[in-house]
Amino acid sequence: MDTTPESPNLPTSPQGPSEQSGSGVAPSSVPLLSLRGVSKNFGPVQAIQGVNLDIPDGQVTALIGDNGAGKSVLIKTISGIWPPSEGKIFWKGEEIHEHSPRSATALGIATVYQDLALCDNLDIVQNMYLGREETKFGTLDEIKMELATNQLLKDLSVSTVKSVRQLVASLSGGQRQAIAVARAVMRDSRLVILDEPTAALGVSQTRQVLELIRTLSSRGIAVLVISHNLNDVFSVADRIAVMHLGSLVSNGPISDYDTNSAVELITTGQSSRVPTTLAPSS
Amino acid sequence: MSAPHVEDPTLHVSNEDPNSASNLIGNLYKRLRQGDSGMVPVVVGLLLLVTYFQIRNAAFLSSGNLVNLFVQATIFILLGMAEIWVLLLGEIDLSIGITSVLGGAVAVILVDPQFHVSWFFALPAGILVVTLIGALYGMVVVRLNVPSFIVTLAGFLAFQGVLIYVVDSQGTGGTIPVHEKVLYNLVYGNLTPLWTWILAIAGVAIMCYRIIKRDMNRRASGLVTEPLAYVITKVVLLIAVGVILAKIFDANRGTFIELRGMPFAIPIDIGVLVIGTFILTRTKAGRYINAIGGNSEAVRRAGVRVNRYRLLAFVLTGVTGGIGGLLYVSQLNGVNDGPPSTLTLYAIAAAVIGGTSLFGGRGKMIHAVVGGLIIATIYNGMALLSMSASTQYVVTGVVLLAAVTVDSVARRNSASR
Repeated sequence: MDTTPESPNLPTSPQGPSEQSGSGVAPSSVPLLSLRGVSKNFGPVQAIQGVNLDIPDGQVTALIGDNGAGKSVLIKTISGIWPPSEGKIFWKGEEIHEHSPRSATALGIATVYQDLALCDNLDIVQNMYLGREETKFGTLDEIKMELATNQLLKDLSVSTVKSVRQLVASLSGGQRQAIAVARAVMRDSRLVILDEPTAALGVSQTRQVLELIRTLSSRGIAVLVISHNLNDVFSVADRIAVMHLGSLVSNGPISDYDTNSAVELITTGQSSRVPTTLAPSS
Repeated sequence: MSAPHVEDPTLHVSNEDPNSASNLIGNLYKRLRQGDSGMVPVVVGLLLLVTYFQIRNAAFLSSGNLVNLFVQATIFILLGMAEIWVLLLGEIDLSIGITSVLGGAVAVILVDPQFHVSWFFALPAGILVVTLIGALYGMVVVRLNVPSFIVTLAGFLAFQGVLIYVVDSQGTGGTIPVHEKVLYNLVYGNLTPLWTWILAIAGVAIMCYRIIKRDMNRRASGLVTEPLAYVITKVVLLIAVGVILAKIFDANRGTFIELRGMPFAIPIDIGVLVIGTFILTRTKAGRYINAIGGNSEAVRRAGVRVNRYRLLAFVLTGVTGGIGGLLYVSQLNGVNDGPPSTLTLYAIAAAVIGGTSLFGGRGKMIHAVVGGLIIATIYNGMALLSMSASTQYVVTGVVLLAAVTVDSVARRNSASR
């Protein structure tokens, strides 16, 4: 597990519409993941076009945009479900050629979709280790898995769960989200993508999930979080990336934005106060 | 298993220390309220049935009748356990009552004086037939995506035809008797009293050892353990059940000649129970079969080859059903071409009465044991009271409905909390 200490002012590579490539840049400034000119079309439908985005280590990047703006297509492209039609993806400065869900997982990209993919009829430990159970003499090593789960939840400051042996069906929405995220972390992920983690959660549950996201980034894990809730975004994100009609219209440190400019960008793709990265031609 | 069924609402208090023995009953009550009632209601139901029949006819709890009841139950139990493999996936096998008998028929025909194949090959061959049918179902369900309900319904009809053909082709007038000693003895042979006791003591000792070992391992690792009182209760109950069973099997139940000892069918059932439980709870395959019934998409995304394990469950249904088929022909002392249409339904009923869900994701091998015992109790008790077959069907139906209703009401309560 990477434990790079939190450094909010980590130098990041220059942002912009240029052909700035991840390769050849000094290691300290190489973002974990870089997208260059990434487009994806389904037949004649252009879902996303020309996306340039850098996701640095140990920071929370919020991906915001209206419904249909292309957020989901973008994360599915990153997690390898739909390879890009055009453009390049760089991982630690090196171009990824064959991108599939399996290779994405191997790189350390974990995606937590809204459905969380948990088995309600299994307990927390069983869910955490689903598909990668620890065994001893061919039988399941429950004690090892339970100890590791306890430890991980403690590390992530997930304290609301009474017992790791309770069924996932009995957990609240926030706890379920926490378990799904913890499972992603357990698989040595470097980049955790969260799709609307706080949708349908109450206030205190949302706070727990946001705290968990902060814990992740403090452990040096890059987090890409899709959210509709700007309050959440401004309370947890280090960087913002705004999508509008399939294009990434703006991205940068959170300090460059406020709620008004973010709303403007989401709804119109432009803001009078924040420079957009969208080329005028499109 | 026989923990008290407490209804006192004042016991529903906070449980700060789950380890303290005083919270044992409170915990249990809480679990009942949350629909996680386990097997308590079914066991209580079984005890009520037993009490009723014992009051109506004092011969019910006699050693002879109980052994008879256990032997009757073995078929329902084995076929119920067979059914649980696929029920866990959310699938069903509507043909197990036919395919298992077909396997039994193959074994009977092979050991028949006409062929004289050794039981050593004939019995596995019978099991193999049912296993292959299970594998065939699995392939069709997994590869062609046909619902198992339809595949096995088609199999129910088709293999019924095959069974009639196979049995009639022997030219013995539609019935083939068992002459071979080993096959006959599966149900009618008994362990000697000494071996009965050895088996009972060894079984109980191993189970107690496992319970205590598990508890000690968890304690040593600093994990939350069950209250000590709970563990002790379990061990004491196990010993009690073991001694009572051994006593029952050991009593002389013969009227003209002395008849003692445990019928071979019982250790066969227990063996299948132990192996099945082991696979379900201690191996990856069992974990995945459970998980697929809960959320197969999640299992697929976890990188598990879901179809492989779905196929495996169908195969295991075949293996278990094949063993059940052998016991069936042994108990019937032969096989005939008029196959029992209710056998499949009793198998599913045994699993579901015991607490296995028809929708997948919830089920244990022990469910079939309790469910099978309930069905056999009704079957046996009604016959003892000289009640008609019609009454017996009605009562079994009502019990099935009651068991599932209790379960789903408990579940709904837990959802609305």
